[in-house]
Amino acid sequence: MKKDVMKVNLSKDTKYNLITIAAIIVAYIVCQIMIAAGMMSYLMKGLLVPFCYYSILAVSLNLTVGILGELSLGQAGFMCIGAFASAFFSKCSVNLIPNAFIRFTLAILVGALAAAVFGVFIGIAVLRLRGDYLAIVTLAFGEIIKNVLNTIFVGYDSKGLHFSLKDAASLNLQEDGVLIINGPQGITGTPQDTNFTVSTLLLIITFIIVANLINSRSGRAIMAIRDNRIAAEAMGIDVTKFRILAFTITAALAGVAGVLYAHNISSLNATPKNFGYNMSIMILVFVVLGGIGNIRGSIIASVILTLLPEYLRFLQDYRMLIYAIVLIIMMIFNWNPTCIAWRKKYSLRNIFRKKTQGEV
Amino acid sequence: MSFLSYLIKGISLGSVYSIIALGYTMVYGIAKMLNFAHGDIIMVGGFVIYSLMSLAGLNPLISVLAAIVICTLLGVTIEGIAYRPLRKASSLAVLITAIGVSYFLQNVALLVYGSNPKSFTSVIKVPALKLAEVKLTITGETLVTIPLCIIIMVILNLFIKKSKIGRSMIAVSEDKDAAVLMGVNVNKTIAITFAIGSALAAVASALMFSTYPNLSPTSGAMPGIKAFVAAVFGGIGSIPGAMIGGILLGIIQILSSAYISTQLADAIVFLILILVLLIKPTGIMGKKLHEKV
Repeated sequence: MKKDVMKVNLSKDTKYNLITIAAIIVAYIVCQIMIAAGMMSYLMKGLLVPFCYYSILAVSLNLTVGILGELSLGQAGFMCIGAFASAFFSKCSVNLIPNAFIRFTLAILVGALAAAVFGVFIGIAVLRLRGDYLAIVTLAFGEIIKNVLNTIFVGYDSKGLHFSLKDAASLNLQEDGVLIINGPQGITGTPQDTNFTVSTLLLIITFIIVANLINSRSGRAIMAIRDNRIAAEAMGIDVTKFRILAFTITAALAGVAGVLYAHNISSLNATPKNFGYNMSIMILVFVVLGGIGNIRGSIIASVILTLLPEYLRFLQDYRMLIYAIVLIIMMIFNWNPTCIAWRKKYSLRNIFRKKTQGEV
Repeated sequence: MSFLSYLIKGISLGSVYSIIALGYTMVYGIAKMLNFAHGDIIMVGGFVIYSLMSLAGLNPLISVLAAIVICTLLGVTIEGIAYRPLRKASSLAVLITAIGVSYFLQNVALLVYGSNPKSFTSVIKVPALKLAEVKLTITGETLVTIPLCIIIMVILNLFIKKSKIGRSMIAVSEDKDAAVLMGVNVNKTIAITFAIGSALAAVASALMFSTYPNLSPTSGAMPGIKAFVAAVFGGIGSIPGAMIGGILLGIIQILSSAYISTQLADAIVFLILILVLLIKPTGIMGKKLHEKV
């Protein structure tokens, strides 16, 4: 109805973002059609939700790495907090709130909030740190979270919550008691509320939050801090506030990814494989290969790099080796000055331009 | 008595960490990059010694020397192929490349040796020292590790302060462009740094796997991270800092796993790291950085 008015108001950034959202929706519809037509393999079906939570993790990490310009290796830690907090909530409230939709919505909020609290905490803690020191503190934070969650036992009964660091028996639960976090075994029997639709919706929401932030006054302030902190401070930008803001949003969104993860599997436990520093590094790889500061790139890289090891399965034991080699070659191809010059010389655009010039 | 034996055990583990941390800190100081693959070089060193000693039946000393040579060559090769093309790229790009190298080494080891942990035979044949009527036992590994660590530290310090190559390392770490103008070959200096770091990693692997004989493709990763923490702890780029950081880290880890909780030992190590950095953001021996406008 206001078609022509909208046309005038659409800025370049808005257009770019709308195209990305449209692409996500199209991909979602295509996937749904393929599922309905039975054209999708079991393996691919199992990857649809991981695509979404990896994308959410990468997009949110891009806020810290690309927009704030700080290296964070604690993404898995925030995800872990979101996962455990929400699984804890869902397990406690599974009888109280029978409606899966309301329960899962609340679980998402709980996960995001819990991770955000830690985000504020870490954001304040690392205020004085820069660069590699910040990276190692975030890495240490992730490892602490993983270790602590592996050693605590929590249960509840009619008398309330019980905690222990030793074992399940020392919780002294009553007969009606329920064991929730069982040390290294983690949380089992979380209701499996995650599905592809919710995941896609959350990915779109994440994208809108981050894209809007970048194009807002706050986003410009954060980028000013990235480019030159002292100059930004001199211009009256509250560096502390905006750094903590970026950290908190990153953490909260990682927490949401953790919620999706926790409600997609039947037993949740913190192992080095899912919440260790290797996970944080993997997300960082997604961000860097997708393009630092490029949100759309983060999503594409997450999907491709999640698919790649699966499609290399026919190589069996060699697949991670090939993955490693591809990673190294891609980095050199992307960043080596000689390679950059070569790419410019032989880029499609240049070849095309030369041809047209030749014809004229 | 038990406290003393834990303390000695901690210093021994810490000495290993500091030898690894020296490699981290030197590479960081000179090439300004986090060499994530450093931990995996330890693992390669462990497998070389294991193959030569347990499978081929060679003398332990020869096996260790061979491991030092192979790791040195490996370190220089990795630097030449993966890191040198990215000398002028952003530090993040180099970091990701290092992660790629780390994956590569782990997966090659996985293909050759499989994922089952191998039992490493100790290369150190020194008998254990029994003190105070057998109440305090110091293992042969500890008796070798601690003095060796001190010797390495002294030699390395002398090498860097006195030799021409060492001084060119300091020059490159202070100001790369100025060093080039003074006639320092930056590429050669960085390659030598990698060689020294990797040789130290091989020595550390012999000492570490002799005490903790579990050898698998991923067994270098955690000591690598711990040594990195030790380097940051002591102030990254500083050689005495790496030493102090490593030994403190070892002591904290052993004492907390003995007196608090085995599972939480790692968490405590990392928590103390965070606390130290909050109080002194550049580590114990780190120089204060002045930001220029």
